[in-house]
Amino acid sequence: MERPFAITLDVGSSHANRTGSWRVERPVYVHRQPPCNGACPAGEDIQGWLYHAESGDYEAAWRLLVETNPLPAVMGRICFHPCETSCNRAQLDEAVGINGVERFLGDLALEHGWALPGAAPSTGSRVLVVGSGPAGLGAAYHLRRLGHAVHLVEAAQQPGGMMHYGIPAYRLPRDVLATEIQRIVDLGVELELGRTVTDVRRERAAGSYDAVFLAVGAQLARRIDIPAGDSSRVVDALSLLHGVADGDPPQLGRRVVVYGGGDTAVDAARTARRLGATDAVIIYRRTRSRMPAHVEELDAALAEGVTVRWLSTVDSFSGTRMTVERMETGDDGAPRPTGEFEELDADSLVLAIGQDTDLSLLGQGTSLTVEDGVLALTPTMMTSEPGVFAGGDATPSTRTATVAVGHGARAARGIDAFLAGRSNPEPTPAAPATFDRLNTWYFADAPRTRRAELEQVRRQSTFDEVVVGLTEDNAVFEARRCLSCGNCFGCDNCFAVCPDNAVLKLTSAGDYEFDYDYCKGCGICAHECPCGAIDMVPEEI
Amino acid sequence: MTTTPVHFYQVGSYAAGNRLVGEGDRTVQSGAGRTNALDSGHRACQGCGEALGARYVLDAAMRSCDGQLMAVNATGCLEVFSTPFPETSWRIPWLHSLFGNAPPVATGVSAALRVKGRTDVRVVAQAGDGGTVDIGLACLSGLFERDDDVLFVCYDNEAYMNTGVQRSGATPPAARTATTEAVGDSPGNPFGQGKDLPRIAMAHDIPYVATATVADLHDLEAKVERAMEIRGARYLHVLVPCPLGWGSAPSDTIELARLAQETGIFPVFEARDGSVTSVSPIRCRQPVEAYLSRQRRYAHLFTDPPRQDVIDHIQAIADRNIARYGLVGSDAPATDGEH
Repeated sequence: MERPFAITLDVGSSHANRTGSWRVERPVYVHRQPPCNGACPAGEDIQGWLYHAESGDYEAAWRLLVETNPLPAVMGRICFHPCETSCNRAQLDEAVGINGVERFLGDLALEHGWALPGAAPSTGSRVLVVGSGPAGLGAAYHLRRLGHAVHLVEAAQQPGGMMHYGIPAYRLPRDVLATEIQRIVDLGVELELGRTVTDVRRERAAGSYDAVFLAVGAQLARRIDIPAGDSSRVVDALSLLHGVADGDPPQLGRRVVVYGGGDTAVDAARTARRLGATDAVIIYRRTRSRMPAHVEELDAALAEGVTVRWLSTVDSFSGTRMTVERMETGDDGAPRPTGEFEELDADSLVLAIGQDTDLSLLGQGTSLTVEDGVLALTPTMMTSEPGVFAGGDATPSTRTATVAVGHGARAARGIDAFLAGRSNPEPTPAAPATFDRLNTWYFADAPRTRRAELEQVRRQSTFDEVVVGLTEDNAVFEARRCLSCGNCFGCDNCFAVCPDNAVLKLTSAGDYEFDYDYCKGCGICAHECPCGAIDMVPEEI
Repeated sequence: MTTTPVHFYQVGSYAAGNRLVGEGDRTVQSGAGRTNALDSGHRACQGCGEALGARYVLDAAMRSCDGQLMAVNATGCLEVFSTPFPETSWRIPWLHSLFGNAPPVATGVSAALRVKGRTDVRVVAQAGDGGTVDIGLACLSGLFERDDDVLFVCYDNEAYMNTGVQRSGATPPAARTATTEAVGDSPGNPFGQGKDLPRIAMAHDIPYVATATVADLHDLEAKVERAMEIRGARYLHVLVPCPLGWGSAPSDTIELARLAQETGIFPVFEARDGSVTSVSPIRCRQPVEAYLSRQRRYAHLFTDPPRQDVIDHIQAIADRNIARYGLVGSDAPATDGEH
């Protein structure tokens, strides 16, 4: 070929120069576990469903949500959202209002009548589930989806356990609860109400159940001995809440004292206010910082006019006068009596000092191991008796509905593995997506006008049914505040920032590939990834 | 309260793209159809800011003129690493002559195109800071004075990196280079020297002058697009960190460009006909230490005890930039917390 003057070689592309050979570290796309997912007791893929909600595909978001949790409208109201507590965005401005979005999705599903995913073809196995609280319902749902027949036995007249008889209606409207329960029953769960299981072993043999799941909760209110006159009205908080749920509340009078510092105490006080008490006083023997009740619950109670006497115990109660002893905090942090007494007017005393599990159903001669008043479990949620699983408040747990739903799901997986005769290692979670892995420069601050509006909604939505939850506009805005920690959301940054064009963009959003022929391993892509979804891994040399 | 449509995404408008925003709000670089004017296989160092800057600018320019673009290159890293004979990384018509004469060569290309009636073909000339502020300055000033129809882009990595990191007229004070060693009472490059080429360009009253960094892609592309809408002499000064010469981690290239802007050390603005018309406000102001301490060319400032006097001097320069251009203005978007 005739070449121009002074040209001795044909022009070639620099593609001939495989600069990938310079590399000592290679970038790889990873999925890390976002802190919200890591903190969710129900095991939800929160970042995953927020991703769908961000694009307005609410049904896809809801479908991913109910892969793990069949009660989103319930949880969107009563969950104490550890996800938000752990949210990385809190270190930037404020945590994403995950709970509000969950409620929005749950309510939208009820509105549109979206059905839960159907049951798998029958495996021929039968499972007895005792108790229809969140743990029992969660297990029943997941067992049905795995194809097992479920017989759900509930001692009370209404299903739902503490969600029905413990959590007041102002936090969880009963129609919402009933609809979400019905959706699970519609999967083919045989629900039997008003029958108490008294002997698990006999029941299992009589019904030819291949496995049993015990989710009997903690229904026994603890009592303490307080000197009280015969005419004194002393009730326990569970009976109060149960009575209210049945439409038959006990007479409390105008001045109600609640003794205890947990969420049940707060529920009881708020309920007393709603029953017409002018004074609802919580008496708690420690300080506010030691109170086990969730802060948001307490704040809501205080906003409603409930008052609290910290560092106090009830000494005696004579029907209209109550003697209260002042306490002080000792060096070890434990409360100590001071010997100083005060008196206050009271018409009734509500005890909210804890609950125990009624394990009389276990019957005679059972080999079930009980520790600290609850059932001991293996990691697959099995008790010491093969084929008998347990979960919820009757087992070691922090006793919230969300934990119980998670127990139900885990136990269903354990039962499924047990019935199939295989071991069931729970999947190891991915390494955490920590805040320091994010490049937050890329995340915009929320405009102030929007934030003020959101704050108001966030404050109100979870607790007060008078106020509606997030609107669609707010929900999508809130979802879009998600930083997508540890998981690619398709921002194209890696594709754009590579000085060597060594990131290939494939067809769909978030679908990239490294071209290791040319990647020099500089690591800019990993550093500029907003969500920390790229790791730099040493090359083997 | 007035309702505004939701215009807030996970990453606002700062990331290259986003599945949630329309194509028009994404950068050229986020699109699979970008030109890739500078192709893979070039021999720039790991994490080269200049290779990145050149592709950003030329791809954006290509979109602005429907692919009718010619580039003229001065001698420098960009020329050397992209065209070791007989290979080329350029996917656009590209011309190199000498170190100092890129502006008149571009003028010639532009004139030839005019004579041939091909005013649809646009001309970009590009050079490093050495070829712009030192060796090519007289020629460039002539191009500005004649208002030739050329967009001249300076990729400023603040020294002669290709030949072994020698000081240029764009090297910042106190920086160590091979010719300004970190020795003596005032180590590194002396204070009070060097040239501020964007302001020199503005003094020519040419139609468009702008500065940008490789850290803010949306801003950079918007400036290229505006420059391409204008005929006549235009000047774009892009800060491109150099891992080799700055002694920084290759992965820090964009981070350093961002810190240069957020500290006020590198003011980002645009000017029309000799007057500043807009500035990019600092989102999260940082002390200059955040920028300096990540670069080994400033390592002699962070001894025990540190050279606080020198750091304070550099901070004063950054503060003066902030005051001069109003980089932390009342109309800057409010931020909450450090990033």
